[in-house]
Amino acid sequence: MLQVEPVAVPGAPLARRNPVAKLAAALVFSVLLIATLDPVAPAIAIAVELALLPLFGVRYRVLARRAAPLLVGAVGILVTLVLFAADRSGTTLVAAGPVLVTSGVLVTALGLVLRMFAVALPGVIVFATTDPTDLADALIQNARAPARFAIGALAAFRLVPLLAEEWQMISMARRARGVDAGRNPVARLRLFASTAFALLVGAIRRGTRLAVAMDARGFDAGTPRTVARRQRFTVADGLLVAGAAALAGAALAVSVALGTFRPLIG
Amino acid sequence: MNRTDTNRWRTIDIVVAAVIAVSFGVIFWAWGLVWRAADPAFAAAPATQAIMYGVWLVPAVLGGLVIRKPGAALFCEAVAATISALLGSEWGGITIVQGLIQGLGAELAFAAFRYRSFRLPVAALAGALTGLGAALFDFVVWNAEYDLVTYRLPYAALTVVSATLIAGVGGHYLTRALAGTGVLDRFPAARDRTPV
Amino acid sequence: MSGVWVRGFGWRHAGRKRWAVRGVDLRVERGERVLLLGPSGAGKSTLLAALAGLLPEDSGEQEGTVEVDGVDPRKDRERVGIVFQDPQTQLVMARSGDDVAFGLENRGVPADEIWPRVDAALRRVGFPYHRDRPTAALSGGEQQRLALAGALALRPGLLLLDEPTANLDPAGADLVRAAIAGALDEDTTLVLVEHRVAEALPLVDRVVVLEPGGGVRADGPPETVFAAHGDALAAEGVWVPGRPVPSRRARTPAGAPLLTADRLGLPPRLAATELRVRAGEALAVRGPNGAGKSTLALLLGGLLRPGTGRVTAGADLAGRDARTPPHRWRAPALARRIGSVFQDPEHQFVTATVRDELALGPRRTGRPEEAVRATVDGLLERLRLTRLAGANPYTLSGGEARRLSVATALATAPRLLICDEPTFGQDRRTWLELLDLFADLRDAGHGVVTVTHDPDFVAALADRTVVLSRADATGPAPADRTVGGDDAPG
Ligand SMILES: Nc1ncnc2c1ncn2[C@@H]1O[C@H](COP(=O)(O)OP(=O)(O)OP(=O)(O)O)[C@@H](O)[C@H]1O
Ligand SMILES: Nc1ncnc2c1ncn2[C@@H]1O[C@H](COP(=O)(O)OP(=O)(O)OP(=O)(O)O)[C@@H](O)[C@H]1O
Ligand SMILES: [Mg+2]
Ligand SMILES: [Mg+2]
Repeated sequence: MLQVEPVAVPGAPLARRNPVAKLAAALVFSVLLIATLDPVAPAIAIAVELALLPLFGVRYRVLARRAAPLLVGAVGILVTLVLFAADRSGTTLVAAGPVLVTSGVLVTALGLVLRMFAVALPGVIVFATTDPTDLADALIQNARAPARFAIGALAAFRLVPLLAEEWQMISMARRARGVDAGRNPVARLRLFASTAFALLVGAIRRGTRLAVAMDARGFDAGTPRTVARRQRFTVADGLLVAGAAALAGAALAVSVALGTFRPLIG
Repeated sequence: MNRTDTNRWRTIDIVVAAVIAVSFGVIFWAWGLVWRAADPAFAAAPATQAIMYGVWLVPAVLGGLVIRKPGAALFCEAVAATISALLGSEWGGITIVQGLIQGLGAELAFAAFRYRSFRLPVAALAGALTGLGAALFDFVVWNAEYDLVTYRLPYAALTVVSATLIAGVGGHYLTRALAGTGVLDRFPAARDRTPV
Repeated sequence: MSGVWVRGFGWRHAGRKRWAVRGVDLRVERGERVLLLGPSGAGKSTLLAALAGLLPEDSGEQEGTVEVDGVDPRKDRERVGIVFQDPQTQLVMARSGDDVAFGLENRGVPADEIWPRVDAALRRVGFPYHRDRPTAALSGGEQQRLALAGALALRPGLLLLDEPTANLDPAGADLVRAAIAGALDEDTTLVLVEHRVAEALPLVDRVVVLEPGGGVRADGPPETVFAAHGDALAAEGVWVPGRPVPSRRARTPAGAPLLTADRLGLPPRLAATELRVRAGEALAVRGPNGAGKSTLALLLGGLLRPGTGRVTAGADLAGRDARTPPHRWRAPALARRIGSVFQDPEHQFVTATVRDELALGPRRTGRPEEAVRATVDGLLERLRLTRLAGANPYTLSGGEARRLSVATALATAPRLLICDEPTFGQDRRTWLELLDLFADLRDAGHGVVTVTHDPDFVAALADRTVVLSRADATGPAPADRTVGGDDAPG
């Protein structure tokens, strides 16, 4: 089933921070780390992320489950590098036709895989600890996002579990009408497309009704909105963002000091 | 009638744009359920990945074609990215940056025609530019270590072609099909429909 | 407290040739309570939307004027509150209290006044939980009450309600009606749309009947209107109180078992249930919202894999496949044997026209094209859909969509028909047609299972009734939760 609630232990010190601050911290951290191709900086970053995890109230098991699909990406990186690596320096380990694996290729692969994890995990952690309503409130109140757009998106987001249920209903309806695909992949693809279309039609119809209901309660009236739930951006929130930048910077600095740093561009 | 009278977003524009993004979030999730077994195969065959790329970019073009207002493509793709992050996408926050860059591509195409034309060629251009945004991001950020001639350039080219065909041309026909069901009756995209 | 003045009002939805409503002249004084009636498609919902200022100029063509307290409600929606039929699409926020606060925020109510007003509104409708309760965890009736609280918190002078109890079980509907009655004060004007007139009458002091072709058919105190126009209105499809419906109980005993459910369940949606459906028998499944009736229908229909227990098909139904459970049958075989009609008809549509929709099932089960055409034409005729053969199923009105969904299930001539809420939101005419259709099928030796909240339909059709109770209710062990059981009298 699609999960839309945050999965963190409530009240964990960093999970409680302002959602905009958490999002900014994750983005700063990720964007800085994306700038390097070496294995050292991301390895430090991953260590930092894992060390901070308890402060966000996220269990290691939860993180492992959410990040597990990245392993598929890691396999992809390895295969692609073996076939298409630009740099094949170092000692040759395997040479069989087009496949040429050198120590250089393996170091590169390690760097890329670690970087992928280091860049992805902050966002996974932050979103696992953030309630969508709080995020929308904070975006409006602390990041000056337009209220109508943020609330509209939030209202649509509430439809996610309903639509996931609807997907199953539509699939069952098709079966009831004698439509199934068996093992034929082409038939499966066509069935998937027609189910997706039905879902989209139903979703837009729901969205139309929802918009009318929102207008009926004065959403479009042009009166300045007040806020029932205050979100504050405090010094601690600012420190979180600054801390993220500092930690990512430190990881890069260590890598530079060790002479392993390889910038993405240049 | 090809364009709406004002550029102000009605509530229905905002909610339906967001709902389009949300639906694709759910469709991609269902895709994962149906084709989970095929995932590693896709990952290991980079070319097929690039060929399928257009599918992920449909929301941007579709949002622009349905809403027909400045910012629609960008908003749709940004919401789609945020939602996949909220739903626990393994890629985390970086999808939001990626989504903004992709949405910007389609947005530029519609802006180039001053939000007045939404015909097939414009849709295809929007698809191509979204694909270009995606390809550039991947070219620089994810594919830096691969060989330029045998991998990075063909991958980027395939991405753009796929986006043009699937997101652009596909988005155009998808909009027509949606209009045929009557759900777009409050949008300019459906005004060409014959009354019943 | 608001007054309504409608003069020569008409509305045509964009993309339609016909006017949804036309030529309506209506004056509602402050504090009046009006029941708005008319057969399905007469334009009741459209008129209500107009009163709420929710028909945007770009979505159709208007004639005449609508005024609430002398102003166009489109310009000033402050005085109007509206609750729609489907609660799921009018809840905006994820937490109950936030949802009530939503309207207050939009109106710019000062922040420190918001929560007291939210709590007051929740109390007025008898909302049983704390305001942090997630809206997704509410039952249909609770959601409906929350939607009512959201409208009341804004202190509307004019309250508009569009079939506020259509999806609810009888107990939930009573609660919502009590909440409405309790929430109305001296100075609230009320306009209510409700198909089931008898239940709504205690809430109103005036009845207005819309004429499908245009204009107002009748207007006045309920007794006067029904005394003068009762017969004609009933014939057109209005549920005039005190007109009994014919009974169509089976006259011959039931035949061989078609389907047997043995400790069938799917925790947490449905507790273990025992059940048997026989040929030539109409079985009704009842129970409160969330008891698992729809889940049971899907399990019996071979569409869901049982979590506990099993479904066994009799040789009469399954032939050679009698040893495999229905959920493992291939889809064409399933469609030939069991027809399923879903709670929401829109879930059921697969193709782009009504005709193709009907032809799909027979084609999938391998009938020759000649036979397919004959079947389709017969069904179109029988269910008054011939005029709509070329229309897109998604554009049909509620009643038409329901008839089509039943017809699609009948197209493959299944031995067993399972229908989820076939009569909800239907006018009297469609209701009677469905009754005849199901009774004829049953008399021809088919099995019919209907899941329904509609006591009149049960009384008119069902030979036996199974009552489910909520899986989370405290009570005996799951195995015994099926009150009434297999052999309870109807
Ligand atoms: N959004 C829409 N677009 C096009 N046509 C519509 C739309 N909404 C309603 N209609 C059409 O307008 C007519 C009146 O519809 P309306 O919903 O007002 O009827 P109603 O009296 O409320 O019926 P019911 O009792 O079935 O709810 C119908 O023919 C319907 O198909
Ligand atoms: N796809 C699903 N996944 C998980 N839970 C579900 C799903 N569908 C329904 N439920 C839950 O299972 C329970 C039984 O649902 P079901 O729809 O079968 O009830 P019902 O008796 O048909 O109710 P109603 O009278 O409102 O139609 C409810 O609590 C519901 O919230
Ligand atoms: Mg209606
Ligand atoms: Mg149900």
